[in-house]
Amino acid sequence: MSSNDKPQTPRNDLAFSSKNQLLSHDDVARALKRMAHEIVERNHSAEKVSIIGLQTGGEPFATKLADILDEISGVKVPFGLLDVSFYRDDLSRNPVPRSAATTIDHDLTDRAVVLVDDVLFTGRTIRAALNALSDWGRPRSVQLAVMVDRGHRELPIRPDYVGKNLPTSLDEAITANLDGVWISKREPS
Amino acid sequence: MIQTIRGQNLLSLDNVSREAIVEVLDTAESFVEVNRRSIKKVPALKGRVVASLFFEESTRTRLSFETAAKRLSADVLSLAVASSSVKKGESLRDTIATIDALGIDAVVMRHQSSGAALQVSRYVPHVHVINAGDGLHQHPTQGLLDAFTIRQVLAERMGASGVESGSELFHGLRILIVGDIRHSRVARSDIAAYVTLGAQVRVAAPGTLLPTDIENWPVTVVDSFDEALEWADVVGLLRLQRERGSGSFVPSLGEFTQTFGLTVERAKKLRPSAIIMHPGPMNRGVEIDSRVADLPEAVIERQVANGVPIRMAVLYLTVAGSKEEVVS
Repeated sequence: MSSNDKPQTPRNDLAFSSKNQLLSHDDVARALKRMAHEIVERNHSAEKVSIIGLQTGGEPFATKLADILDEISGVKVPFGLLDVSFYRDDLSRNPVPRSAATTIDHDLTDRAVVLVDDVLFTGRTIRAALNALSDWGRPRSVQLAVMVDRGHRELPIRPDYVGKNLPTSLDEAITANLDGVWISKREPS
Repeated sequence: MIQTIRGQNLLSLDNVSREAIVEVLDTAESFVEVNRRSIKKVPALKGRVVASLFFEESTRTRLSFETAAKRLSADVLSLAVASSSVKKGESLRDTIATIDALGIDAVVMRHQSSGAALQVSRYVPHVHVINAGDGLHQHPTQGLLDAFTIRQVLAERMGASGVESGSELFHGLRILIVGDIRHSRVARSDIAAYVTLGAQVRVAAPGTLLPTDIENWPVTVVDSFDEALEWADVVGLLRLQRERGSGSFVPSLGEFTQTFGLTVERAKKLRPSAIIMHPGPMNRGVEIDSRVADLPEAVIERQVANGVPIRMAVLYLTVAGSKEEVVS
């Protein structure tokens, strides 16, 4: 959830200029297809893979990735959604995020869990997700798939599968969904 | 009007907006899921200290608040009033000051005096105060969990999601509250929640058990309990509170049961889908017949179960929340 990872700037102070589209709908679809193949290649099959989307930005990408994996591997890949609101380390600094549903109905012990999010930024959402995951068992490995890696990590976290690397500045915002990826600049207010 | 309880105290539901109530119900929905996990604990309030001060006896409220705090990873200081310095005559103010000196983030408090929670919130303005029942005044988390239970049952019947329905399921919902309204803080909180969410509320009680200012309440007093039973979508029963001397307000318990108890005969007048509620502890055979309490339409155990997620939501929003705008 890129929006939650924004450094401590009150949201209502942000005024963004018009958006520039960087990736089209087709670009996103192609990137997801490639990432799905990379996941199968890395894990030798999709047999042990579980796809876990991060609420709420990761959900559409995770759904799509799971669909493609089902198709190319012939295995029904277990799928779940994870809300990390209650695991964040910045609750005292940021307003309480609105929580969404967590739906993980299988034990993750010995699975190769692929976390899926839209934008990787500071890495704090992923840290929270790693903490949360341990409540569902002990995965054999945890891998990270993101549509956009925009840099500015604050923690030693790196993605395993990336749709697009986009070096950004802190005054830019990234929007990513299945229809494409956009960048917009924060205007001095 | 309080627009959100984030970062605030929760003393009463009288001044809480519809949006704020829906926010608590929605947050509680996430905690229902946490309570279904094999590891029922999240670190949201790690390092925070919640003091639980019950000056009046309680089983379900105290246990569910303490369970809620622990499932949020908060540390719980639990004051057993019966064995504390309160018994030596220590004043409320000094008791609070002592506990505050230990470093606490929130106080969950029940007290026999109306307004005690408000008073404590003035003594310790830097601590979040959550009213767990003050005299005849309010019991806000009970009102919230009753509203939550109604929304949950109705949403399930329709195969819908409670969160997506917001407050929609309450619009025009017909709720009948029966029994000792006069001495009931639960009735006051329930009515505030239901009316704010858009329900129509009627009350049925012997004249002596109605509050003297009932005409100022946003409810209608029914003439005939039996007719109102046919009207209601939800029937909320209240406990006849012997410890507040309710007994002397009715000629006899038997007569109360005859006139305002939900007997098997009366329960037959209810619509088949009507939900039967009771905040507990029940006086089986007084305000509710034992057989009625065990009907599938009676959601009394579910009310208890929902106490934990609702109180997790209240603690999470008040203690972890800041007053700024929410991020999506």
